[in-house]
Amino acid sequence: MFEMPSGAEIQSIISTLKGGAGYFIPEIYLSVLFMVLILLDLVTGKKNRGLLATATIAGLLGSVYFIFKQQTMPDVQFFFGMYALDRFGIFFKYFFVASGILAVLTTMVDDQLKKHESGMGEYYALLVAMVVGMMMMASSTDLLMMFLAMELVSLSAYAMTGYLKREPRSSEAALKYLVYGAVSSGMLLYGFSLIYGMTAETNITRISMVLAAHGYDPLVMILTVLLIMAGLGYKMGAVPFHFWSPDVYEGAPTPVTAYLSVASKAAGFAMLMRFFFVAVPHGFDMYVSPLHIDWLSILMLVSAASMIYGNVVAIWQKNVKRLLAYSSIAHAGYLLLGIITMDQLGTQAVLVYLAAYLLMNYGAFYVVILIANHTGSENLDDYKGLGKRMPLLGAALTVFLISLVGLPPTFGFIGKLMIFSALLAKGSLFMWLALIGILTSVISLYYYMLIPLNMYLRESNTPEEGVITTGMGAKIVTASLMILTLWFGLFFQPIANYAKYSTAIFGAFLN
Amino acid sequence: MLTEQLLSIGVNHFLTISVILFGLGMFAVMTRKNAIVILMGVELILNAANINFLTFSKYNGGMEGVMFSLFVIVLAAAEAAIALAIVINIFKTFKTVDVSSVDTMKE
Repeated sequence: MFEMPSGAEIQSIISTLKGGAGYFIPEIYLSVLFMVLILLDLVTGKKNRGLLATATIAGLLGSVYFIFKQQTMPDVQFFFGMYALDRFGIFFKYFFVASGILAVLTTMVDDQLKKHESGMGEYYALLVAMVVGMMMMASSTDLLMMFLAMELVSLSAYAMTGYLKREPRSSEAALKYLVYGAVSSGMLLYGFSLIYGMTAETNITRISMVLAAHGYDPLVMILTVLLIMAGLGYKMGAVPFHFWSPDVYEGAPTPVTAYLSVASKAAGFAMLMRFFFVAVPHGFDMYVSPLHIDWLSILMLVSAASMIYGNVVAIWQKNVKRLLAYSSIAHAGYLLLGIITMDQLGTQAVLVYLAAYLLMNYGAFYVVILIANHTGSENLDDYKGLGKRMPLLGAALTVFLISLVGLPPTFGFIGKLMIFSALLAKGSLFMWLALIGILTSVISLYYYMLIPLNMYLRESNTPEEGVITTGMGAKIVTASLMILTLWFGLFFQPIANYAKYSTAIFGAFLN
Repeated sequence: MLTEQLLSIGVNHFLTISVILFGLGMFAVMTRKNAIVILMGVELILNAANINFLTFSKYNGGMEGVMFSLFVIVLAAAEAAIALAIVINIFKTFKTVDVSSVDTMKE
């Protein structure tokens, strides 16, 4: 049925691949880094923690150079339409490298991982593999590549979650993450297979052309969208695909929790934007009848449910990691608001919000790790009276939490402001969503502020005196994250402009 | 006569099998308590998608679906390897692979 390709055809395929590899250098570089880290671990033996961490940070910083060089290249799709190089992808490449570096920094201070007896070699290698996978998630333009990239991220993440093998909570988190992850990626795959059946194409640009030209059965389409949303919603941690997140966030080693809550969520959003903006037809004018449910209506419900559920359930949490897990569900809801607007303003707001979320969430988790190193737990009660004993950390955590609430003068405020203004610019249609968003933000003020309240105004049951000392490096990282959160709260224009520039590729697809 | 019957098997037959497999997989995932059986359910879901890909590939005339299903088979193997490693670790720690009893973290 299918003939073998001739020699000339094979030659042309090889030359296409060689041409495409020129646009793929950061990913190739990081894959090499992945292997170098494994080898380095083998060669240097057990006493290599500092060396491996330094090598990972240096390697990740090196990739910034290659990404920077891509900025002058034109937008192309290569590898037979599997992969794209564009502004949107480059923004997320910077984002994931930054989150990878922050993940290494948080790992370096974590006592739990420091005590881990069987070395850290695979940990850093897996971390880099996840960076590569997330970059691919943000840049793939083909269903196959999207699925493979997502699985690369998931498989690395399962292993990282269960990295503390002797710790029951870590193993339990890994099992839950695995079970939910495997099921939702299966559903995503089934959705992809239905899309392939409808269009006979796997490239998202061609899928959108076929769907626009030939039309589609709305019932099959809504089923497909639901299946794909299940896969992506799991990555984003949005209701009703959130069941894994509180347990996984609590059980996983804290640096991994921070990494999952920021980077893997952002990768889910990047893929959601690229897939739904490009591949699936949209717009309110097409669906006049209220019986038609399109993917935007589904997203609206998911977003409203995430904001309400995440913020309300967080009120009762006694464990700070678990509290931040519910807050991250709520933040997924806010981020979805920006996507629902379906215009460049909203997309730009999502990117700015993600950048803000990177700084403030990593900052919060960083301080939580430093405190857990001292107290040995993440319980809210153990935070009592800590404010006076660790002045810098207390102040920094307060700033990060204010930013997570979305109060000025922090970066989080700018992110929320841009999202809500993009939403309200669309008129009264989204008023109810904006109202839910603002009301739930008020709720979030309560549970976030419980932490500073415990730190500063309540006395510990077992009062101790004296300032708790932390390392110089940890102080510098905390202080710089805090300063950046405040700095971008005042001078956000460069990031906002860069985000706008990055979303320009969707110009033709958005209204 | 026999060939006529065989030829009459169309895309609908394949899709029906695929949907049944998908349903059985989801059923196993939702109702079973044993981690291994849940993973078997996941394999059923992946293979249901594979049948879809191969069917569409056959009736659309392209090769993308065949390629897709090959990659899915490889990925399913990789996922099974990691999954079993985690399950073995769970068994060592908790002495059970029942997911309802591996539940130490509470609200």
